[in-house]
Amino acid sequence: MTKKILSVDDSASIRQLVSFTLSREGYEVVEAVDGTDALDKVRSWPVDMVITDLNMPNMDGIELIKALRSDPAFKFTPIVMLTTESVMTKKDAGKQAGATGWIVKPFKPEQLVAVVKRLLV
Amino acid sequence: MMDAQKNLYREEAYELLAVLEDALLELEQHPGNMEVVGKVFRAMHTIKGSGAMFGFDDIASFTHTIETVYDMIRNGRLQVGKDIISLTLKACDHIKTMLGTIQGEEKADEAKSHKLTEAFRKFLPQKEEETPGGMGKSLPEVASDRDAGEAGTTYRIRFKPHQDLFSNGTNPVPLLNELRGLGECSVICHLKGLPELQEMDPEGCYTGWDIILTTGSDANAIQDIFIFVEDTSDISIEPIGCILQDEDDLAYKKVGEILLERGDIREGDLEKALASQKKIGEVLVETGVVKRSQVASALMEQEQVRGTRKKHLAGDETSSIRVPALKLDALVNLAGELVTVQARLSEFSARENDPDLMGIAEDVEHLSAELRDIAMGIRMLPLGTTFAKFKRLVRDLSSELGKEIGFITEGEETELDKTVIDKLSDPLVHLIRNSIDHGIEQPDKRIASGKPVQGFIRLTAEHAGAHVLISITDDGAGLDTGLIRAKAVEKGLIAADATLTEREIHKLIFAPGFSTSTNVTSVSGRGVGMDVVRSSIESLGGAVEVISAPARGTTITLKLPLTLAIIDGLLISLADESFVIPLAAVVECVDLTGADISRGHGRHLIKVRDEIVPYIHLREVFDTRGKRPEREQVVITDLAGKRVGFVVDKVIGEHQTVIKNLGHLFKATNGVSGATILGDGSVALILDIHKLIQQAEVDDAA
Repeated sequence: MTKKILSVDDSASIRQLVSFTLSREGYEVVEAVDGTDALDKVRSWPVDMVITDLNMPNMDGIELIKALRSDPAFKFTPIVMLTTESVMTKKDAGKQAGATGWIVKPFKPEQLVAVVKRLLV
Repeated sequence: MMDAQKNLYREEAYELLAVLEDALLELEQHPGNMEVVGKVFRAMHTIKGSGAMFGFDDIASFTHTIETVYDMIRNGRLQVGKDIISLTLKACDHIKTMLGTIQGEEKADEAKSHKLTEAFRKFLPQKEEETPGGMGKSLPEVASDRDAGEAGTTYRIRFKPHQDLFSNGTNPVPLLNELRGLGECSVICHLKGLPELQEMDPEGCYTGWDIILTTGSDANAIQDIFIFVEDTSDISIEPIGCILQDEDDLAYKKVGEILLERGDIREGDLEKALASQKKIGEVLVETGVVKRSQVASALMEQEQVRGTRKKHLAGDETSSIRVPALKLDALVNLAGELVTVQARLSEFSARENDPDLMGIAEDVEHLSAELRDIAMGIRMLPLGTTFAKFKRLVRDLSSELGKEIGFITEGEETELDKTVIDKLSDPLVHLIRNSIDHGIEQPDKRIASGKPVQGFIRLTAEHAGAHVLISITDDGAGLDTGLIRAKAVEKGLIAADATLTEREIHKLIFAPGFSTSTNVTSVSGRGVGMDVVRSSIESLGGAVEVISAPARGTTITLKLPLTLAIIDGLLISLADESFVIPLAAVVECVDLTGADISRGHGRHLIKVRDEIVPYIHLREVFDTRGKRPEREQVVITDLAGKRVGFVVDKVIGEHQTVIKNLGHLFKATNGVSGATILGDGSVALILDIHKLIQQAEVDDAA
């Protein structure tokens, strides 16, 4: 069965890169522009994995992760956060919130694919 | 990059290299053949292009210069010569090593890449370096993590997640799969911390894993896989040691073996002691120190390290399907059993005279014969590939020794059991080396004795009855009987006044520790070769013969049995006993009448189709009791062109013969090579006609 992945980012170019790279690998990707949009989307479109940016308007990544983890349906769903190297504290906060893994920006498409494969059976 | 694709590339590259090597040798013979030059160029081009696509950047950059050189040859701007061909052959070998590197077996030598590349550059004018289209620029040397000096290291990885591993969405399964992707990997799961069911948190992780991984990647690559779970698990990654270091361990002997060697104990004592001794793992489990899974994990580690080492020693095999020989043997054995049962069925159906049953029996007979042939066929391989290997050997050795030698092979299509072929390679190398080193003379000497400058070595294979004959013939100086004799006396192999025929003297070269070469060269002359050749051929149930004429050359013939588990036989009877003669050696059967015997005037000779054929009376050989039947039959056999008849009471007919060994007790029995079980359950001996003829010759001479 095709695995579904939600890409959450306020930057359209990042969303597109994620979407393009993963579709090519045979995943189905849906995009959300921020945390609120993401929570909205997953209600009608259950996903197998979430890849989210941390800095976003309305609801940021940390909050999104917390919200998803408190929902029994997403208790064990792998969640990957996209961080920048400079903000290590954010990464720790994300881990605290329940993120499964992270990708440091900027990243190469291969790195993204490797992480997805590492987390998704 | 997908491993499957890499493997695909590797397979393809090995094939291309074989094509390349062939083409190069051909090019050496016909330097002007542009078609062959094109072949070389295309092979190089494909190796290079695919190499870059599949991440073999080192190969891609290495082949680039070579490709450029052949591009120039192709365009007529460079003349192909012996030096270029030799260099390219060396490069082929190097590419093979580089392909092996990725398998994590051997570290490619960058210095060697550089040296070879430089050597090729010499053929290029300075500005011509970037000629061929497509991948214009030479690729940068990519130092992959595999080159970090950790080629083929085995790691012991312990991965014990904390109980809350799942709570952040981690699934350990893809991690284990990723480890498997790095190399040869065994995983064992520990359930030591698993609580009783009522105490268990269904969302907690209680399991841990021990992973033994043999990989060309370094510890960092492994660490990288666990990067997301570092905080939520206990992870340890330890190298268990490099394969190469461990090889020394092979030399260590166990105390029992040493005692046995010194004669302090007998084999029985050792076995008894070993049987009474409990394995250390069992003792520890019984005393409750460790769990069974922990012992299993340790054993797994041992197994993998051993396996890796073995593989490392086995070297570079590239065959595409690999089946354990044991499985093939089992298949052949089962086919044999089936044939035996089928024989019983046929006999029973013939007795019952039931048409339906006979129909079924016939079908079974056809099917089991076909199954037998296929089962045997799987193990049969043509000798061609073995022979082809020697082309290169002859070429390299002769140029090293400054001799000119042509190499001719015949009968490459002759098939032999794979187990025999495998053991044949080393003896043949010895013999061919001997021919090159001792047989063929130096060019000036050849001219002096009126021979063509170029010597030749002919390697031939042919079927002869139930045997295959492999001959190595050279047109060299021949064996020096005087020298051999003197040497044998000096080594104490024969008495100084012994009278020996020429043939007997020739046979002395197979004696242990014999060598006539005054100088020990890198090629031969240590005096171990011929002795080893003889014993390894004999261990295959074969024989070695040497025929030599001074100044004319030497022929060494290896006579190998087909050593098949099942053969077609001709069933014959003597009194009320049955025997089998291998059908492959049988030419025809004729009657032996009283008139024939009287015409022989006391000699065992019979006239068949105007040809006088000697015969052996099997009743005499086996001291068979009872009266000779009035009308006997002669089975005429043909061994290496020599016709010999065997007189039997009665020829019964063809019989599919499943060969059973006679066992150690009957090893010394002359003239019998095995036994088989007939349809009615009785035993028939299989006659070794070669031995019988030899024996008769000896008796005749006495």
